[in-house]
Amino acid sequence: MNMKKNNRTLKTIIYTLLILYSLVTLAPFVWSILTSFKTTAEIAGGGTFFPETWSLDGYQTILESQFPQWVMNSLFVALLTTVFNIFFNTMAGYALARIDFKGRQVLFSFLLVLIMIPSQVTMIPLYIVISDLGLVDSQWSIIFTTMINIGYIFMMRQFFINFPRDVEEAAAMDGLSRFGTFIRIVLPNAKAAVATQGVFVFMGVWNEFMKPLLFISSPDKYMLTQGLNALSKTFKNSTQWDVIMAGSLLSIIPIFILYIVLNKYFITENDQTAGVK
Amino acid sequence: MGKKRYNNIQGYSFLMPALVVILVFTLVPIAYAFFMMFFKVDLLSGTRTFVGFGNFEKIFSDPKFWASFQNTFKYVAVVVPIQTIIAMILAALLNSKVKFDRAFLTVMFIPTLTSSSAMTLIFMWLFNNNGLVTNLIESVFGAKVQFLTNPDLALTVIMVMNIFSTVPHFMVVFLSGLQDIPGSLYEAASIDGATKVKQFFHVTVPQLMPITFYVVTMGLVGCFQIFDQAFIISNGTGGPQNSTLTFSLYIYQLAFSSNDMGRATALAFLLGIIIFTVTFIVNKLLKADEVNG
Repeated sequence: MNMKKNNRTLKTIIYTLLILYSLVTLAPFVWSILTSFKTTAEIAGGGTFFPETWSLDGYQTILESQFPQWVMNSLFVALLTTVFNIFFNTMAGYALARIDFKGRQVLFSFLLVLIMIPSQVTMIPLYIVISDLGLVDSQWSIIFTTMINIGYIFMMRQFFINFPRDVEEAAAMDGLSRFGTFIRIVLPNAKAAVATQGVFVFMGVWNEFMKPLLFISSPDKYMLTQGLNALSKTFKNSTQWDVIMAGSLLSIIPIFILYIVLNKYFITENDQTAGVK
Repeated sequence: MGKKRYNNIQGYSFLMPALVVILVFTLVPIAYAFFMMFFKVDLLSGTRTFVGFGNFEKIFSDPKFWASFQNTFKYVAVVVPIQTIIAMILAALLNSKVKFDRAFLTVMFIPTLTSSSAMTLIFMWLFNNNGLVTNLIESVFGAKVQFLTNPDLALTVIMVMNIFSTVPHFMVVFLSGLQDIPGSLYEAASIDGATKVKQFFHVTVPQLMPITFYVVTMGLVGCFQIFDQAFIISNGTGGPQNSTLTFSLYIYQLAFSSNDMGRATALAFLLGIIIFTVTFIVNKLLKADEVNG
């Protein structure tokens, strides 16, 4: 009897904590959504929690700036990078798992060492390589340096180690080449792993801040994150937080749409290096 | 014989794109780094002068380096334990057979989706004069706190923000670990009369140890490299009074404001050494703890 009562108090505590944390999670977003609909005058004067007068000025200012151009830039770079990653990481993971070639073990151990090198350690020399290749201020600098990812190569390798062999063997019997088998049989069967990888690569590029900051300097080539930061500098001085919040929220929307549509790929297998341990 | 050679060609052609990218954009920069640390490199004039350990000497005698050293370590020491503990607790709460767990999870995961730049701008506005947090504190305590211009508080805002945005990711990692713990362990504990809270400390925490290693390691590596938030909040300066100057931000300043690529690379190399050393020590300590416990 006492045990049951204890359990009920515990359940109440658990729900309270979960609801509280969910509210804490949502609060900054709700606050910025409300802010984005306020007038600048209201924000400068202190203002209340809810807008006194609802205004779309913030959104209008954002859409009249270079913001739409930056959205297109980020979409172009992120989509292309995602396609490259899907093909190249999956091919590499497949080779490491399935093709018995000379030096496979050595190569695998070598990649394990490389993945542990923090990206910022090589960032400055990487900038020099980019500059030597004449890629500074080109979007290709971001695409080329992000088009493979060792973490996802490992994830795909792990996936193919557990993938049934007979499907490929049947395809090989039918006279398909290895690459043909890969494209027509292997890739479609790896849909879930490929989707997980794709979602996280896209989000990674979309949210990337340091590389664009280093590599790209012309405002018309800015990536969205970088443009947002540049915009905020101008509007902060005039306390136009409605504009900044409108821009921040609009910049998150594409990822949110992905999150709603492909929810299961975001949460179930989101740990990209789980297969490495 | 033919089969073997065929396999070699196949293997390397499948790996070719990845290997080329790794060679050009990872291995060449690493090799470059080992060379550049010992040179004074001026990208504008294209001159390179050998300075031996001169870059390192300059770094160690630079008060800005020690400021960034202190800030980064403070940041790591606060953020890594807190985010690990919160993530573990939330995962345990979500795993305790609650209703709507998927709905909670979906909401709680949102900060992980948000880019560092949008998140930082949102937090700057929360902690600005007239921001939600500042207003709340004013209405409760009657004092207006200037978070972003106060050298004692600016880094705290970045800490809070990072905890807020990385907890959900690690929570999901813990959650998948929790689902692998055999239910029989909990049954045995409950037959012995252990309460749910006791079960958490005596079954859940020890069983999660391997996941905790992973979360702490990832947390350390990520936190030591903190850049975006510090850059955006301080507009690249690391201010007020160098209070948000982190290692990475200082590397950036050396390379692009002072145009001293050699010294920037030397500092990046130091950062790499620090990350490896600290990760190694912390993992050893955690492992020793596990053996004793």
